[in-house]
Amino acid sequence: MSRFEVVRTGASASGGQPVTQKNPPHRGGEANPSAKALQDKFSSAIMRVEVIWGETIVYIDPTAVHEAIRWLHDDPSQRYDFLSDVTAVEYRDAGSPIEVVWHLRSLPYRRFLRIKSQLEKGAPLEVDSVYDIYRSADWLERECYDMFGIRFTGHPDLRRLLMWESYKEGYPLRKDFPLRGRFSRSEQLRQALAQNPEARYSMEELTIADAFTDLPPDMRERLNKGERTGE
Amino acid sequence: MGLTASAEHRTVEYVPESQEGWVATRLDFLVNWGRANSLWPMPFGTACCAIEFMATAASDFDLARFGMERMSYSPRQADVLICAGRVPFKLAPIIRRIWEQMPQPKWCISMGACASTGGMFDNYAVVQGIDTIIPVDVYVPGCPPRPEGLIYGIRMLQEKVKNERMSDSRTRDEIEPDPSSQLYIPPSMIDELGEPFGNSVNQTRSGL
Repeated sequence: MSRFEVVRTGASASGGQPVTQKNPPHRGGEANPSAKALQDKFSSAIMRVEVIWGETIVYIDPTAVHEAIRWLHDDPSQRYDFLSDVTAVEYRDAGSPIEVVWHLRSLPYRRFLRIKSQLEKGAPLEVDSVYDIYRSADWLERECYDMFGIRFTGHPDLRRLLMWESYKEGYPLRKDFPLRGRFSRSEQLRQALAQNPEARYSMEELTIADAFTDLPPDMRERLNKGERTGE
Repeated sequence: MGLTASAEHRTVEYVPESQEGWVATRLDFLVNWGRANSLWPMPFGTACCAIEFMATAASDFDLARFGMERMSYSPRQADVLICAGRVPFKLAPIIRRIWEQMPQPKWCISMGACASTGGMFDNYAVVQGIDTIIPVDVYVPGCPPRPEGLIYGIRMLQEKVKNERMSDSRTRDEIEPDPSSQLYIPPSMIDELGEPFGNSVNQTRSGL
């Protein structure tokens, strides 16, 4: 039985069990059939397909990524309904482009697909947000923006997630970022202590309507005015 | 009851036949004895040190022996801030505010290498020792410290508390932060906010 066969359970079970591939080869091996389907559908935008340790990686042109992921999500023959990760990779070689990586999983078809898109360093690091397809992309893209400075166009609330909003030192996971940051320790501490710890809440984040009435009146007033941060 | 001063403290002689029901002692000694044996910790656990702290509070090591079993999850009712774990810069204003919210008298234990010095996290995100933000009384080394190590630090803090003098007000002096900063809350407002609950020194809730 193939790894990529549909497995039905319960009354409609055909007797097959999910197959876990043992000892996959480093390169080569059986590719995820979605890669072939993508090549048929978006022939020019698919740059190459690799299978490494049994996992399929599809390199897609940055301008076509949103369209391809939309198709993978919507098409009944693919049904990639779960976005497990959005991240980025910067290589040590200064000339090589930054890669944005999407990890997609299709629960009905038991498929895993890794999509990569290469952004050249000279140009602005911009790629379309997949927030309109997967809501889980919200914080994943914010973290990616926070750490690498990649702008996801179309994201409704693209601001820093891990570092505080007034963080001025740049993007910590970039290769040109010094390990201890750009500023002195005392300057870092001064800037960190100057943030307002209560100003993290926005009306978008306070989704439970009841919580709003429990807030202190001054904070309610500030939030009503649309204030996001006191910085 | 253990309510006896050591030999170098001159106590009034206690003659049971003539002074039934009276105990005489120094006020300093009595207050410090009470404070040292009922330190309510404010646990600020951010990393693996907090796991050791939980083990210390659990029955094997039993922090209740030192009157510390009552974890104070509100800084308004806490006496000792135990910072267990690394503190990133994003938490720096929060631990500073928690410290400011704690009523006097208050103490601080920095538990573990990361809280004391930043430890192995000499990077852009981690505060290099919480003593750059708040005053620390006892540093407990270790990565993480064994519960015995934390208890040793607590006993050291108790010794420090027992040796304090009420007449020496400098030990409780606080330098207020810059009033123009957003971290500043005037003490009057801190009292007003804490008023419904009181603190370990002044319990307003029980009506006592």
